Parts: sequence; C-alpha cells; structure tokens
Amino acid sequence: MPFNLLVLFCLLYVIALFLVAWLVERRASRGVMGFLRSPLVYTLSLSIYCTAWTFYGAVGYAARSGIEFLTIYLGPTLVFVGWWWLLRKLVRIGRQQRVTSIADLLSSRYGKSNLLGVLVTVIAVVASTPYIALQLQSVTLSFAVFASETPSGWALPDRNATAIWVAGGLALFTILFGTRKLDAKEQHHGIVMAIAVEAVVKLVALLAVGAFVVWGLAEGPLAVIEKISAVDSPGWQVQPGRWAGLIFIAAAAVISLPRMFQVLVVENVEESHLARASWAFPLYLCLMSLFILPIAVIGMERYPQANPDMLVLTLPLSEGQGALAMLVFLGGFSSATSMVIVETIALATMLSNHLLMPLWLRFKPGALTGDLRRGVLLARRFSIIGVLALGLAYFRLSGGSAALAAIGLIAFAGMAQALPVLLGGIFWRGATKTGAVAGLVTGFAVWAYTLFLPSFGQGAVIPAHVFAGGAFGLPWLRPQGLFGTQGMDPLVHSIFWSLVLNTAAFCAGSIFSFPDPVERVQGAAFVNAFDGEVQAERLGWSQGQAEPEALLILAQRILGEEALSFFEAGARAQGKDGYLPDITPAFLADLERRLAGSVGAATAHAMISQLFGQATVTVEDLMAVATEAAQIMEYSTRLEQNQEELTRTARQLREANEKLTQLSVQKDAFLGQISHELRTPMTSIRAFSEILSEGDLPPQMVADYGHILHDEAVRLTRLLDDLLDLSVLENGTVQLNLGLSHLGRMLDRAEAAASQTRPERAFRIEREGVEEIFLHTDADRLVQVFINLISNARKYCDAEAAVLKIRLRQKGGRVIADFIDNGSGIAKEAQGLIFEKFARLTDQRRAGGAGLGLAICREIMANLGGSIGYLPGQKGAAFRVTLPLRLEAAKG
Amino acid sequence: MPRSRAPLFLARAVYRRRRLRDAARLLPLVGVVLMVLPALWSGPPGQEGATQSGAGSDAVFIFAVWFLLIGGAALLAPALADPERTADPDQAESGD
Repeated sequence: MPFNLLVLFCLLYVIALFLVAWLVERRASRGVMGFLRSPLVYTLSLSIYCTAWTFYGAVGYAARSGIEFLTIYLGPTLVFVGWWWLLRKLVRIGRQQRVTSIADLLSSRYGKSNLLGVLVTVIAVVASTPYIALQLQSVTLSFAVFASETPSGWALPDRNATAIWVAGGLALFTILFGTRKLDAKEQHHGIVMAIAVEAVVKLVALLAVGAFVVWGLAEGPLAVIEKISAVDSPGWQVQPGRWAGLIFIAAAAVISLPRMFQVLVVENVEESHLARASWAFPLYLCLMSLFILPIAVIGMERYPQANPDMLVLTLPLSEGQGALAMLVFLGGFSSATSMVIVETIALATMLSNHLLMPLWLRFKPGALTGDLRRGVLLARRFSIIGVLALGLAYFRLSGGSAALAAIGLIAFAGMAQALPVLLGGIFWRGATKTGAVAGLVTGFAVWAYTLFLPSFGQGAVIPAHVFAGGAFGLPWLRPQGLFGTQGMDPLVHSIFWSLVLNTAAFCAGSIFSFPDPVERVQGAAFVNAFDGEVQAERLGWSQGQAEPEALLILAQRILGEEALSFFEAGARAQGKDGYLPDITPAFLADLERRLAGSVGAATAHAMISQLFGQATVTVEDLMAVATEAAQIMEYSTRLEQNQEELTRTARQLREANEKLTQLSVQKDAFLGQISHELRTPMTSIRAFSEILSEGDLPPQMVADYGHILHDEAVRLTRLLDDLLDLSVLENGTVQLNLGLSHLGRMLDRAEAAASQTRPERAFRIEREGVEEIFLHTDADRLVQVFINLISNARKYCDAEAAVLKIRLRQKGGRVIADFIDNGSGIAKEAQGLIFEKFARLTDQRRAGGAGLGLAICREIMANLGGSIGYLPGQKGAAFRVTLPLRLEAAKG
Repeated sequence: MPRSRAPLFLARAVYRRRRLRDAARLLPLVGVVLMVLPALWSGPPGQEGATQSGAGSDAVFIFAVWFLLIGGAALLAPALADPERTADPDQAESGD
C-alpha cells in the first residue's frame, strides 16, 4: 500500500473524528444531549484504558509471558464488578465536590491543600510521560511496519519526523476540543464521543484480526487452545507473585491513572451509568483480550522473526489482507490518539489548576480582578503542548527501543502511589494532609528509586555499583533488593516496597498530626458522602432539580412582594404567561444577583446551589456566608450603639435644657430679689435726701436724717460687696490665700468679729473638742464662714439665754465643726432653702442682712474643698462644717 | 389497595434490595479468589510437568470466570442502579 494512501486514510479518519467531536459539541452547547448521555457512550469512553499498549503490546506481552498479560485486564474487571464498594463513592464525591482531576480530589479532601495537588500533579506527569512516549512510539512503529512490508519499498521519511507530526496533530486536536471553553465540571462531550467512536474501531479491528486468525489461519478455537497449551516457553510459567501483584497494580491504575479518573469520574454525567459500566466495561476488556493469545501463538508460529509487539499488524499484512491491515492500523492509531488526548487533557487540567495558575496569581496578584478565563485557557493550552513535548522528548531520548509492556507497568506502579491516600481519604476520617504528603513523597521516592530510574538501565541514572552494593555502600539499600529482600521480581519488589512504605508513612503521619478545620470538614464530607442523600430526600429536593415554585417561595422569603413581580417579568421575558418561568441558567443568574443584593453574594450562591445545583455547598461557601452574616451583625450592633448614644445625648440635652430653664427662672427671681433689695435702701435715701434738700430743718433732724442716709448707704455697700463676693465664689475665680492657721485662734477671731452683731444680747459660746489643730487652708475665708455662723446664731436664736455650742472633731483627714444653738431650730421644710440666695426665714430684718450669708458660706466651703450642711435633730439650729486638714493648692 | 394480601414482613422489597447489595459487594471477592487460582495451580519452576504450561486450559478457565463475573454484575446492576427505588421503598410494592 502506498504511503500516501496510508496517510490519506489517516487524515480522513482524523477528519471524521473532528466532525464527530464538533457535531457533539454543537449539540451539547444547545443542550440537546440525547444518546450522548447514554451509559453506552460512558462505557465506551472508559475504553481508553486500552491504549496502544493493549492493542499492540498485549500480543507481544502474551508472546513473551503467556497468560500473564490477562492480569492487566483482570484487575479493572474486579474493580468494576465491585463498583458498589469504591467506584460509586468516588463518582458521588466527584460530583458533589465538583472534582476536576485526581489531584483536585486529593487536594480538596485534605483541606484544599495545593501542596498535595502539586505533588500528585508532579507524580502524574512523571509517570505519564513515558506512557505518552509509548503511544507515539507505537504509531511510528506501525508506520514503519507498513513501510518495511511494501515491496516497492517507499522509504519512511523519518521516524522522528513522524512522531513530531503525530504529536503536533494530537496537540491541535486536544487544544481544539479540550480547551474551547472553560467548563466548571471539566466535561468534554465532543472528545468523549470521539473516544467512544475510537473504542468501537479498535474493538472491531482486534476482533476482526482474531476471527481471521482463529478461523482463517488455524482450524477453529479448539485447535488454537491446543496450540496454546502446547507452548513450551520458560516465560509462560505463571509466577504467583507477579500474577497477584499485577492484578493489584492494574486494579489500582484503573482508578488512579489521570485519564481513567478523567473519564470515570470527571466526565461522568449520571451516576446510574456506572451500574451499566460495571458489567459492560469488563465485557469490553474481555472481548479485547479474547483473541490476544491466539494471535500471539499463531503469529509466533508463522513469523518467529517478527517483532511480537507488532504482530497484530504484521500478521494480516503478511497474509495479504490489505483491508484488514488498514483496519488494524486505524485501530492502533485510535488507541494511541484517544489515550494521548485524554491523558493530556487530564494532565493539563492538573498542571494549570495546581501549578501554573497559582504561580501566575502569585506573580501577578492584580490578575484576580480581571477575567481569569482567558488566562486559564492559555495555561491549559501551554500545558497540553508542554505535556506532549515532554512525551516527544522522552521518545527521542529513549530511542523507542524498550518493550512496550515494561513502560506501561512502570506508569501503573507510579500512579498507584496515589491509591493509599485516595482510599484513606474517602474511607478514613482520620487521614490528614501531613500523612498524605508523607505517604505520597515516600511512595514516589521509593518507586523512582526501585523502578523508574533503574528502568533506564544499569549505569544510566543509577551507577552500576549502587545496583550491586546499594546506595552509600549500604547493601540493604540496593534498588532491586531493599532491606535484603532477595529473589523478588523487580516489578513486584518495587510495587511491594513502595506501597508498603507509602501506606506506613501515610498512616503514621495521619495518626501523629492534627488536621485543620477545613480538612476535618472535608474529611467528614468525603467519608460520609452518602449521608447527604437521606437529608436531601427529607427536604424534598430531588438532586439537580429545583421546582420554580420552590425558588419562588425562597425568593419571597427574602425579597417579599418584589419576588413575585421579578418572577413574572422572568416568565414574560421567556414568552410565558403566569408567574413561573422556566429555570434557565440565565434566570438563575439573574435571581442570584437579585438575592445577593439582599443577603450577600455568598449566601445567595449557597441558597441557589443548594436548591438547584448538583453540587453541595462547600465549606468555603459556608465560611463566606458566615463572614457576611458577621458583617451584617456588626453593622446592626453599631447601629444599636449609635442609637443608644443618641438616646443618651438626647436625655442629657433634655436635662441640660431643664436646668437652663430652672436657672433662667432662678436668675429672674434673683434679679427680682436684687432689685427689691437695692430698691429699699435707695427709696429711703431718695426720700431723706429730698427732705434735706428742701432746707429749713432743725439741726437735730438734719443730723438724724444724715445718720439714716449713712446707714442705708452702708447697707447698700455691704449688699453689693456680698453680691460681688458671691459671684466671684460661684465662678470659681476666687484667689485663695493658703497657709497654716490655728483652728482655735480662727474661732477666737470669728467670735470677736461677730460680737458686734446685736451686742445687746446675752450670748454665751461654749467650745469643746480639739482646738489645737493647724489647718492648711485660707484662714480669712474660713473665718468669714465662722463669723457668719456665729452672727446668725446671735441674730436668730430665740432662746432666753442663748447658748452656742461649738463642737470640734477630727476624723480621718478632715475636721468637723458643729455649730449648735439652743433655739427652736429651723422648720423641716425650710431646711433645704436656707442655703439659697436671699433666703430669709423671717421678714424682720434684724441685722440688715440681705440673705446671702449662708449662700456665700456654702460657696466658700466648696472652694475650700469642704462642705457645710444643716444638721437636723440637735434641738436647736445646727450647722456642720466639714473641711480637709490640708487643702492642696491645685484647687485654688 | 388490597392490604390483606400483603406479606407479613412488610419491608420485604427493602430487605431483598439490601441482600442484593450484599451480593454486589461479595462478587469481586469471589472474583479475586477464582482469579488467583491459576497462580496456585502452577507448581514451582523446574518441577515435573511444569514445562507443559497448560496455558490453554488456564486461559479457558479465566475467560469462563470472567464471563461469570460479567453475567453476575449484569444481573445485579439494574436492580441497584435505579436511584428512585432506593429512595422510595414503597414503589416496589405498589406494583402488584
């Protein structure tokens, strides 16, 4: 077959795939899914487990090791048949948590740790690069097979060039359909459909070759079985260790390989599809493996010299079946391309989400505010190109010589390192981030040391003497004989030690560390993934659906009457009558925005997604809700405080106002009093001065009148002095002359001064108590108070033999002086008034006082840091003066 | 609804479904045991009769087990897949 024709066929096939993918994408974007969401497509898409390694390599594997190749398909069979154990939970968690890759699942489980995401991503890239190289190699090899078989001998241009072309084409296809848009669920309907088509092609091709071999070349199944039994090759012996180990590693791989996780969990559209896949996928695997042994045995028998890895293609070509060979070529091409496409998408998602975007955001923090979608898509595209370039580089470096099966198994063992952490994460609540990191690092290191690096050959990366004597000269650190284990198959040895040490580190790390709150919540959500089911049923919300009515009720609770008109407007916009519009994403977005205005964005989102979305509300959502609630609470607290303060101020203002009014009344009264007091002497002065100015008065009268005039003038002066004194005292502007004075001498002075008041009265003063006290105070002012009290007693005491008792005491730092006379005292209701200005209990102006004396006394005492008060219950009028022993100058 | 003919154990359907789940859980364990058997049949290398590998009969056995597992899973899966019946146990009864 001419080379050009082959290339043409390839191109046509690829264009057909393009068309399929494009049509499906278009239908999906219009929401028409139909059979695209069928369990059949899901099952077929799972077939990317069968890569070119299966398609070509399985025959080679079978030719070398007999039935051992079956282990690679038995492992997944057991996992799928037992879907009720593990896969169901995995798919459920994947949908609940909006998981986009295995790295995302693990990082989300262990408290959204990006470190873990980066670790898993690195492991996945390292483990997958050889695997991708393997696919490129198989495609180029199949081209080479065609080339060598052609008699005309068209020369294959260049194997490396072929690989580059294939890788370039795959990159283009992947970018076109894998990064066209950014979907939160990371589902790629077009690609899944293309893979499903490819799955059919490769199954049909392999079955066709098998049928051709069994019924065309051999004499039916029984004869083939006999031939298989007759094979006498040392490699065909089943080794129990390898047998069990490979089944296990294949079972682990079908869960943890990035591309398998992508189609199994991320691309899953409906959980029930898994039930169908639980038997349909094993059936697919079974059919794929059915004719491998016959092809291997018959092929080896007929063409012992051929490369066993290419027997599937060599056999029909050599037998002259050109069309069959073409079909097989397309089958192999399909297996390789579908694997590379999905693996690349999965790796690109991980790389961009866990490595590139975090780095980008760290270096350009301002990018967060802009539209991230373009950045993410760009990161995806670069990741795709990067991953394919890595695969290409590996292919060119390794020279594409190693047996296909070996590379595949190394990748399986590498990705299996994620298994303990994954299983622990979804079944053990105590698993922590520290444990996960410890387990992954340990497992990855042991895998690299015992399997990956040795796979480059002795002396390539690890020096030969290390293989013989162990690292650092420690024999128990030999890469293929850790801890002195001898005679183990290197692969089984590596699987055993890497997983044992991985699990041990994981468990120990988990037990001895303490998880943070997000980790604990996520742990509970993952382990109890099925508990939500019961709750959702009780609330009457079927998953993934929200009745418009439920939404309306919710909205009414928040928006009130406005909700109804909003829904009506929504319905009218959709061309519907009534109040209930269809629940479209656009309407939901509108509603969410409207609700966000009332309850905050996070709360609105949580409400809507709880009602509508398949996804449950995450811890972040709840935390955002809590933050919003806290802000609102803080705001209302502040409002409350403000209001209290306002109330307080208003009360103070009211009090101040009342006081002012009172003061105004007092002032008026005071002015009235003053004018009255001033007017009385003025009136007599005017009257007498008029009389005097008329003249013709006897000298005696003139002298009398002059005397009266003088008296009245003195009274006026005294009144004005008192007023001045009082105003000075009240304003607090009085200057105090502080000094040490003897209490007894001050009383003597006061007595002497007061004796001029009503000197005609018989008046006796009795003093008792301590007089020998030196006070630090303003002596003149204090004496003024004493004078006032004594002369008051002289004036008003109504006893026949008036006696004033002065009792002195010292108590603490204060001196108490009581002035008690033996009169009838002051009536109870008047006691509160006597210290007011112009308060005079009797009208008789016996001593011509203006009624300011006690008011002045009170002010003086206040200025001296003491007080004066009426002392009731002493039989006579009694005043108590209290003052400090020592008045500090600061007051004055 | 003719309640009189209802069985004595009312949640019979639920009970049956639980046992179906148990069967689904047991199936892979059965598979593991059967699939490991071929590894135990072959004697240690070098032993008499070990060279004639008998890969043919091993392969036939494995494929037989394989189809058995697929058949078992295919029988169990439809009963377990329907989430509505999981949610509402009465629905199964209302059929008769």
